[in-house]
Amino acid sequence: MDKIRNEQIRGTVKVEQFGDKAREARLRWFGRVLRRNRGYIGQRMLEMELPGRRRRGRPQRRFMDVVKVDMEMVGVKVEEAVDRARWRQMIHCDFQLLQVTVRDALNQAMDEELERDERVFLLGEEVAQYDGAYKVSRGLWKKYGDKRIIDTPISEMGFAGIAVGAAMAGLRPICEFMTFNFSMQAIDQVINSAAKTCYMSAGLQAVPIVFRGPNGASAGVAAQHSQCFAAWYGHCPGLKVVSPWNSEDARGLLKSAIRDDNPVVVLENELMYGVAFEVSEQGLSKDFTIPIGKAKVERPGNHVTLVSHSRMVGHCLDAAAVLAKEGIECEVINLRTIRPLDVETIEASVVKTNHLITVEGGWPQFGVGAEICARIMEGPAFNYLDAPVIRVTGVDIPMPYAKILEDNSTPQIKDIIFSVKKTLNM
Amino acid sequence: MLIACSAIYCLKNVRSADVISIVFNLLLCTHPFKKCELHRLDQGPPTQALLTREQGLKYYRTMQTMRRMELKADQLYKQKIIRGFCHLYDGQEACAVGIEAGINPSDHLITAYRAHGYTYTRGVSVKEILAELTGRRGGVAKGKGGSMHMYAKHFYGGNGIVGAQVPLGAGLALACQYKGNNEVCVTLYGDGAANQGQIFESFNMAALWKLPCIFICENNKYGMGTSVERASASTDYFKRGDFIPGLKVDGMDVLTVREATKFAADYCRSGKGPILMELETYRYHGHSMSDPGVSYRTREEIQEVRSKSDPISMLKDRMISNNMASLEEIKEIDVEIRKEIEEAAQFATSDPEPPLEELCNHIFYNEPPMEVRGTNPWSKLKSIS
Repeated sequence: MDKIRNEQIRGTVKVEQFGDKAREARLRWFGRVLRRNRGYIGQRMLEMELPGRRRRGRPQRRFMDVVKVDMEMVGVKVEEAVDRARWRQMIHCDFQLLQVTVRDALNQAMDEELERDERVFLLGEEVAQYDGAYKVSRGLWKKYGDKRIIDTPISEMGFAGIAVGAAMAGLRPICEFMTFNFSMQAIDQVINSAAKTCYMSAGLQAVPIVFRGPNGASAGVAAQHSQCFAAWYGHCPGLKVVSPWNSEDARGLLKSAIRDDNPVVVLENELMYGVAFEVSEQGLSKDFTIPIGKAKVERPGNHVTLVSHSRMVGHCLDAAAVLAKEGIECEVINLRTIRPLDVETIEASVVKTNHLITVEGGWPQFGVGAEICARIMEGPAFNYLDAPVIRVTGVDIPMPYAKILEDNSTPQIKDIIFSVKKTLNM
Repeated sequence: MLIACSAIYCLKNVRSADVISIVFNLLLCTHPFKKCELHRLDQGPPTQALLTREQGLKYYRTMQTMRRMELKADQLYKQKIIRGFCHLYDGQEACAVGIEAGINPSDHLITAYRAHGYTYTRGVSVKEILAELTGRRGGVAKGKGGSMHMYAKHFYGGNGIVGAQVPLGAGLALACQYKGNNEVCVTLYGDGAANQGQIFESFNMAALWKLPCIFICENNKYGMGTSVERASASTDYFKRGDFIPGLKVDGMDVLTVREATKFAADYCRSGKGPILMELETYRYHGHSMSDPGVSYRTREEIQEVRSKSDPISMLKDRMISNNMASLEEIKEIDVEIRKEIEEAAQFATSDPEPPLEELCNHIFYNEPPMEVRGTNPWSKLKSIS
C-alpha cells in the first residue's frame, strides 16, 4: 500500500490546512464586524449574554472564546482590526512549503530514475523485500519487482563486482552498501574495477555505476560501524564523490549521480534520514538535478567562512545562528561534492571574509579539511587569509560506545563556536 | 542405576540418609537423540549421552541466566538505556552452553555480533555484560566497546563485520598449532555470513595447513530479513566446507551440541585438520532490537518453536521426568537467577559512565603516553595505553 503523507498532497496542489482556512475566515468576519458602525447587530451578538439559567456541565464555548484563541495563535490584538488591509495580511494563512525527509527524497529520486531509464536497477542487502535496512528503498520492490530491485546475500565483494560488471555491459546499477563500513570488504571493486577502468582503457570502457549508503557516525553503533569514508574515496582519481546534507541535496545529487556516466559514490548519513526539510517546487520536479562539483552557500556572511559537508552543515548553521546574536556573521558553505572539490566557491568566500574553518565528522589526518587547507594555501586566496585555516574534525580515535564518550568524539556546535572566536581573536 | 547400587553396596558404613542423597546425586540419565547428518565422515558423534544431575542443573542454570539476561537487555533497550545495536541470543542458548561443555576453558572461541551468550559462557559476569551494554565504566570493555565488542580470556569477541571473524578464528587455530599446546579454536558464524568469500578462503587454508579449527555455522534460518533459501544456492551449510568434513546437529538440544562439540574437538586435536558443524537453531527476537522480526516470518512459526523446541523447557522436562530434579528446585533456581539479573541491571543502570579522561586511552598497546588531536587544533588530549 502506497503511503503518501497529507502534507505532500496539500503541498503539491497548494492547498492550506482546513483548520487554518477556517480560522482565517473567522478572523476575517470578526474584523469586518468590528469595523462596522456602533450598534450593528453583529457587535451586539459578540457580547450578548444568553438569558436564563445556565445548564449543568461545562460552559458553552461561544464565538468570542474561539476567536480569542485564534487571535493568540496568529498574534493579533482586537485594536488592530481597524486597519483592514493590515488585518487581512496578518490573518492570512499560506500553504506550507512541502516538507520532505531525506529518506523520502532519496526514495523518490530512485523511484523517478528507475521509471525514467530501463537500464537503472538497485541491488544490495535487504533492499527489496525488507524495504531497505533503513527503509530508503521502501515500496520500490513492490513497484518494480525482482528484476529491478535485487536482494543480495551478504557478499559485498561479490555483489559490488557483479554491479560493476553489469555497468560495464551497459546497465546503470545502483549498488547499496548497508553502511559504507561494509564497503571496505568491496573497496577493491570500487577503486580498481570501477574508478580506474575508463582511464586504463583510454576511454573505451565506461562504468556508469552509483555506490550509495549511509556514511560516518550514527548513534551508539561503536567503532566498526562509525567510520567516515569521505577522505578515502575522495582520494581516488576516476571516482566522483558526493555528500548530500538536506533533502534537496539528496534528491538532486542522487539523480545526477545516476545520470552520470562515471562511478559516483554517494555518502548519505543515517542520522539525517528522518530529518524533514522544505523542498521548493523546482526541487520536486522529475528532472531536478544538482551539478556534481558545485558547492552551495547556505548562509551568506562577512566575518568567517565555515565549510562543511553532510550532517555537519546543520551544525555550522546552528553555530552561525548563535554567533549572529553576538554580531558575528558566518558564511556557511555546503560542499555537496567531495570530489571534484569546488575550491572556487571557497576561495571567493575567503577573499570576502579572510577567515576559514572547515568542519567534518571524519578523522583529521589526511581528511577533507586537510585537503581544503592545502588547496587554499596553493591558490590565490592564501594572501587574503588573516589567520591560519582551522580544521574542526572528529577526535583521532576509534569511535567509543558510551554516550558521553561518543558525544565528545565528534564536533559539537560549541566546538565550532569556540574555533570561530579563536580565529577571530575573541 | 546398576552402577549406583553396586557402589552403595560397597559402602557398608554409610548411614541411610546419606545413601539416599548419594543415590540421588549419582543419578545418571542416558539420552538418545537423532543421528547427525554427516559429510565426508564415516562415523559421527555418539547417539547417546550421559548427563549427571550436577551437569543438568549447571546447564539449566546457565541457559536460564542467558535467557533472562537477554530479556533484561530487551527491556533496557526499550527504555532507551541501551542504545545502538543490540542483537539478542534468546532461543539459541543450547548452542553456547553445549559448545562450552564440549571444550576446555583453555580452548579459544570467537563469534560474530550475537555475542552476549558466549561472553557469559566464556566467563564474564552478567553484571559486566549489562554494564557494557549500558555503556558504563563497570562494563567488560569499560563502556567503549558496546554490544558487539566484548572480550575475555580466550574469547575474542564480539565482531561487527559479518564473516570477518572466520579468518580470525582460523588464525587463532594457526597459533594453537604453532605453539603445539593441543588447544582448538571454535569459530562461529551464521547462515547469512556463510556466503562471505573470506569464509571459503579460511576453509581452504585451514584444510591445507590442517589447522585445529572447529568452524560452526549457527543456522537460525534468517540472515537479518532474508531466509536461507533466498540467500544461499545450497542450504546444506555443513557441506559447504566441501573438502572439510562436516556434520549437522540439532542446535536446540544442549546434550546433542555437547557431544558433537566433543567429537569435533577430538577430531581437531588428533591433527586431522579442521571440521565444520552446522547447528540448527532459532532466534526468538528479530535480527536486532530495531527489527520487529515478523515481516519475514510468521508469529505462528516463532510460537511453534517456543512451544515445541525451546532448549530450556526441553532440558527442564527431561530432568523432571527422569527424577533428576524436582519442580520446586527448578523454581528456586529461577528465583535466584531473577534476583541475580535484577541486581546486575541495577548495577548497570546506576554505575557512572566512563570518565572523559578515558576517551583517548587504549589506542595502542604497550606504548608510551602520547598526544591525540581533539575536535579542534587547540584541543590536545592525553592517551595512555
